[in-house]
Amino acid sequence: MLGEKVLMKGNEAIGEAAIRAGCQLYFAYPITPQSELPQYLARRMPEEGRVFLQAESEIAAINMVYGAAGTGARVMTSSSSPGISLKQEGISYIAGAELPCVIVNIVRGGPGLGGIQPAQSDYFQATKGGGHGDYRLIVLAPASVQEMVDLTILAFDLADQYRNPVMILGDGVLGQMMEPVEFKDFEPVKIPKPWATTGRKGREKNIINSLYLDPTKLEEHNWHLQAKYREIAEKEVRYDTYRSEDAEVLVVAYGITARIARTAVDMARAQGIAAGLLRPITLFPFPTEAIAQAAEGAKALLTVELSAGQMVEDVRLAVNGKRPVYFYGRTGGMMPTPEEICREIVKVAGKEVAE
Amino acid sequence: MKVVFERPRALSDVTTHYCPGCTHGIIHRLVAEVIDELGILERTIGVAPVGCAVLAYNYLECDWQQAAHGRAPAVATGIKRALPDRVVFTYQGDGDLASIGTAEIVHAANRGERITVIYVNNAIYGMTGGQMAPTTLEGQVTATSPRGRDIKQAGHPMRMAEMLATLPGVSYLARVAVNKPANIMKAKKAIKQAFMVQIDDLGFGMVEILSTCPTNWGLQPAKAMEWVDEKMIPYYPLGEFKVPGEVK
Amino acid sequence: MKQEFIIAGFGGQGVLLLGQMLAYAGMLEGKQVSWMPSYGPEMRGGTANCTVVISDEEIGSPVVSQPSCVIALNLPSLDKFEPMVKPGGLLLINSSLVDREPRRDDIKAVALPATEIASELGNIRVTNMVALGALVQLTGIASFSTLEEVLKKVLPEHRHSLIPLNLQAIQRGAQEVKA
Repeated sequence: MLGEKVLMKGNEAIGEAAIRAGCQLYFAYPITPQSELPQYLARRMPEEGRVFLQAESEIAAINMVYGAAGTGARVMTSSSSPGISLKQEGISYIAGAELPCVIVNIVRGGPGLGGIQPAQSDYFQATKGGGHGDYRLIVLAPASVQEMVDLTILAFDLADQYRNPVMILGDGVLGQMMEPVEFKDFEPVKIPKPWATTGRKGREKNIINSLYLDPTKLEEHNWHLQAKYREIAEKEVRYDTYRSEDAEVLVVAYGITARIARTAVDMARAQGIAAGLLRPITLFPFPTEAIAQAAEGAKALLTVELSAGQMVEDVRLAVNGKRPVYFYGRTGGMMPTPEEICREIVKVAGKEVAE
Repeated sequence: MKVVFERPRALSDVTTHYCPGCTHGIIHRLVAEVIDELGILERTIGVAPVGCAVLAYNYLECDWQQAAHGRAPAVATGIKRALPDRVVFTYQGDGDLASIGTAEIVHAANRGERITVIYVNNAIYGMTGGQMAPTTLEGQVTATSPRGRDIKQAGHPMRMAEMLATLPGVSYLARVAVNKPANIMKAKKAIKQAFMVQIDDLGFGMVEILSTCPTNWGLQPAKAMEWVDEKMIPYYPLGEFKVPGEVK
Repeated sequence: MKQEFIIAGFGGQGVLLLGQMLAYAGMLEGKQVSWMPSYGPEMRGGTANCTVVISDEEIGSPVVSQPSCVIALNLPSLDKFEPMVKPGGLLLINSSLVDREPRRDDIKAVALPATEIASELGNIRVTNMVALGALVQLTGIASFSTLEEVLKKVLPEHRHSLIPLNLQAIQRGAQEVKA
């Protein structure tokens, strides 16, 4: 498969990328629309002499991840929205105990059981901390099947580097769609893990823990976590732009929505509107600076999401009132067409660009 | 001079936070003695629960992971699957194992996870201040059953050992008590057996240990020991519920 | 140059595989491709569809509201997707299962008795290949030799004995729509 282009589903591409990134254990519970991922790894992990285990619940799966990550192994779990809600307790513990792992959320419409069609309505949960306590996940938002591969590999490295859980935030379309992907030859980054609980032979005992009963110690721990998140925010922001240099209407969108918006930008340009696109690739850390700078040159911004408006709050914080920020969203599994987004661009241009 | 009594190597030289008369200390010591006798301290990883034993990681000298409430068997599964040649045990109370963590314990047992579970049943929630546990006896007064546990309203006390013994993945399962020397000797034997079935790759091993909570039972320590005999053992009979085929 | 296809029919008619082969063919010929399925309960017996985009340039939206070509293997699919075809686009109808005429006159509609042809070939399951052959003939989206290569890639090794039958179905579909 090396160096050759193959047509793969997004869910399966994540699975293969995880194997190449050296993922040793994978624990999960089936849920649509990500079930191709456990199915793929149920076949592939044993082939590679690694561990696949279907847990009794998402709660058990994330706690198995906790245990395995605590031994220093590279480990992953995946689910879709309702299942990710169940994992939140474990994710908070993992963040508190500073364990590296990769969590995949192939988002579907909510709230509650919602539906099984694509959505981006878990943005708040992913980026603001869906569980209790002051913590952050590193959140990566692929927009193509190739990027699902590249960002999965990156996710394992970032997790180890920062001792932090990393979430791949996809959606039902990205999980289900097929595109050509290429797996490049690479050596997974190897970071020493002297903190791992592997048996205390030749050293003092190690404890994986998120409990600090002494408030001064817990505050200290929290400041340590916050310093780490600041470092991540300084070093790990990733985003992409498209025709944004002279854009008067700057569209901000991530994931599959950014793909549709990109086509809409071309349509608007064909109608003589200077539209452009900024696509956050990391949702935490958020490309606040990049958006603030791009906003300087634009007359207005338009955030497009498969939600009732979540990322738009971060865009507004970045723009800080200097420019109007409009929002267009579809929810419940409905997808906007490029024409639909183009109409919104035209509308915003009519309000803000016309002299 | 001949040493006739010493601290097990696996037991930390610290003062525990447990209340006077609480039997967690005895159980910790038994686990430490077994770890010493089996010579496994350097390859053992314990999983601490939420509850009174949450700080168990401070009292035994092996590596530890602290788990979310009830999830210790899942965490232990993750550790054991990553490191199959290590010895992994959980130390859980009755709220942790028999209430919030029922799914995790049942499925770990059913998969025959090669882990050892030390299950401490004192018929009450200790850490949170004496509320009703799934194991609280009928009529027993607690902070959340002030008129005594009414089984019509709150259901029956859970017999976890009997329930889990029905699962084919379980290799060793016993219920013991630590309220008097003879019982303590038997408890240690059972704990050792529960570790042995893991080391010998036979299956899941668990010991349910009837323990005391003088503070929340509102009894003097000596009375609490008697209460185990009088009230608990009649409902939670001692004995081996499952032993590995070879030694049957 | 960008072409957008929606392929629709009953679950079990092989519409998803048809779309995958089309995408694969495009990829082997050096184009950018995307394949997006409908998913959910319709996979289990209802109607299924997929969207394929084949382009010389990087593909933006894999979601398409005005496809340049629609293949409708049954009536519900025709009803749903006929109105979406881009003016001047192509509508390929499985006339074996659809008893009505197309309503649009601003597109090129082609009737293809795909199920009957597949049945003549002895296996109704190659209906999708008959349609694929016709589509490739009508659009020139890929070469027939590429399709043979694609079959080798999408069919698992133990199914390679079926390649000749599939190729035959593709050829029959192509012949059927030759002017």
